[in-house]
Amino acid sequence: MSTHDHTEEHHTGLRVYVAVCLTLFVLTAVTVYVAKFDFGDFNIVVAMVIASIKASIVALYFMHLKFEDKLTWIYALYPLFLLFLLIGFTLMETFTRVPVIK
Amino acid sequence: MANGVMTQTQYIPYLAQKGLKSWILTTDHKRIGILYLVTISFFFMIAGITALGMRYELMTPELDFFRTATEYNIAFTLHGSLMVFFFIVPGIAASFGNFLIPLMIGARDVAFPRINLLSFWIYLVGTAILLSALAQPADTGWTFYTPYSIQTGTKVIMITLGVFVLGFSSILTGMNFIVTIHKLRAPGMTWARLPLFIWASYATAILQLLATPVVGITLLLLIAERAFDIGFFDPAKGGDPILFQNFFWFYSHPAVYIMVIPAFGIISEIIPVFARKPIFGYKAIAYSSFAIAIISFFVWLHHMFVSGISETAAAIFSFLTMLVAIPTAIKVFNWTATLYKGSIDFHSSMLYALSFIVLFTVGGLTGVYLGALAVDVHLHDTYFIVAHMHYVMIGGTVMGFFGALHFWYQKWFGKVFNELIAKAAWFLIFVGFNVTFFPQFFMGFQGMPRRYATYPEEYISYHSLSTYGSWILGLGILIMTINLLIPLWKKGRPESSNPYGSLSLEWQVPSPPPHENFEEIPTVTDWTYAYGKK
Repeated sequence: MSTHDHTEEHHTGLRVYVAVCLTLFVLTAVTVYVAKFDFGDFNIVVAMVIASIKASIVALYFMHLKFEDKLTWIYALYPLFLLFLLIGFTLMETFTRVPVIK
Repeated sequence: MANGVMTQTQYIPYLAQKGLKSWILTTDHKRIGILYLVTISFFFMIAGITALGMRYELMTPELDFFRTATEYNIAFTLHGSLMVFFFIVPGIAASFGNFLIPLMIGARDVAFPRINLLSFWIYLVGTAILLSALAQPADTGWTFYTPYSIQTGTKVIMITLGVFVLGFSSILTGMNFIVTIHKLRAPGMTWARLPLFIWASYATAILQLLATPVVGITLLLLIAERAFDIGFFDPAKGGDPILFQNFFWFYSHPAVYIMVIPAFGIISEIIPVFARKPIFGYKAIAYSSFAIAIISFFVWLHHMFVSGISETAAAIFSFLTMLVAIPTAIKVFNWTATLYKGSIDFHSSMLYALSFIVLFTVGGLTGVYLGALAVDVHLHDTYFIVAHMHYVMIGGTVMGFFGALHFWYQKWFGKVFNELIAKAAWFLIFVGFNVTFFPQFFMGFQGMPRRYATYPEEYISYHSLSTYGSWILGLGILIMTINLLIPLWKKGRPESSNPYGSLSLEWQVPSPPPHENFEEIPTVTDWTYAYGKK
């Protein structure tokens, strides 16, 4: 963590924070705009992709993940792997069910 | 093994300060450990008494002790919820973890002492909510399965809210321990020299930190469902009742390992000391804790084989479940190899450790039976499950907990208990436990379902035997408790700060330890388990 204070000074100035904030506003507007279109089954995918981009830049800049060491990255990314497992296996179980009443 | 450690000379022990304030506002990890120990023991007692009540009811096939079946349902919900969420999940990790981690790694305290106290207070808030729920308790069982938990007329929200709040305590404790182990190890305390209890605590902390939020969200969904009727788990509204089980077990299967991995760590500490041999397969034991922590996230569907899940998913998870037996067996084989040709001292804590190996192996192997898909369909929701679970939880975790209580008692409290009575109590507990739960394998195999207050006549002999066993077990625990409580009121300190000749750092400081553990931070120069070399 020794690099934490050092790099933070150099990379997260007010300008970066304002840029991130504006990006979040723009992406929120994009979310609202694309909601007008019907992508069928992909509605949720589109919404989740935009939301994931927003969450990522919050984590990277506001939460300083970009300037953290490897260990912090592992702890930040491992829950995403678990989330993938939870959703992936749950959906796999749901989609492979055979209807009892046809 | 280390330079810079203190001897049993003049010093101020951490227990010297008196008064309520010195306890409720303490940031000393050892005192917070005691606060947890007292609280979890209280809940263990309440849940244990509830279990005795249930066993008394089951002496006869008719409903005679409880007035209604709902009362019996409430009793097992209370027993399960208290034992799981208030005793065994925080159990060893919070009490012994708090006491031992800084001492074992050569630190003065945990990384965030105030957050540590906050964890305890959050735990207390959770328990207060739960106690308030006792006025109108739920009857869902500790798993709160939908759709019943949404439809029942009993009060489910309060008890689940209590568990939800408790989760934050678990998360903060896990985070605190991870940072402590990374950042506060004494010079020379490399990862390869770390005591195995620390490795186990680290693996547990990862599970606490990463799995607990899932159950928190799941219970919140359940509360929202009951309060606002949203439809997450209601097929009529596009929901799925099995979704609850998926979410619940995604946490609750790893939670089984939150309960038992710290006990693995304890056994790894006790056995080399009383076998006077270096631990066999140090790295294998250390890494297997992590393997268990990782694999535990891949097996949760085995709790749901008869819930109407897809056959494909069931087959995949049946296979994955078998994998978890590998790292667990690695530990058991290594402990046994450590005992081989050792100079064994049957101290009371060693007796608990040996019991752990035997009973946990029974619990673990019956788990493999249950992981086999076809066998599980026959045994699911029978007393076979009850027996398996108790062999893992009591035979495993509680035996480890009792072993730890006896092993570190002198260190923690600076007092000496009666060893002969401790051995007698162990004998009663070991016999009582087996008489209680071994017959349950048979009656489960013959089809006796769990969670019923009444049953057909044919099971009466098994049930009566099991109830007699519960009395022996209860008596053993009572004697053990009295034996450990009486010395606390006696004056004086033990003659030696390291009566068992342990090489671990916590034994190199006086008993009870000084306020900040070490006069100066020690420099570690050797492996923790170098028995026989000196």
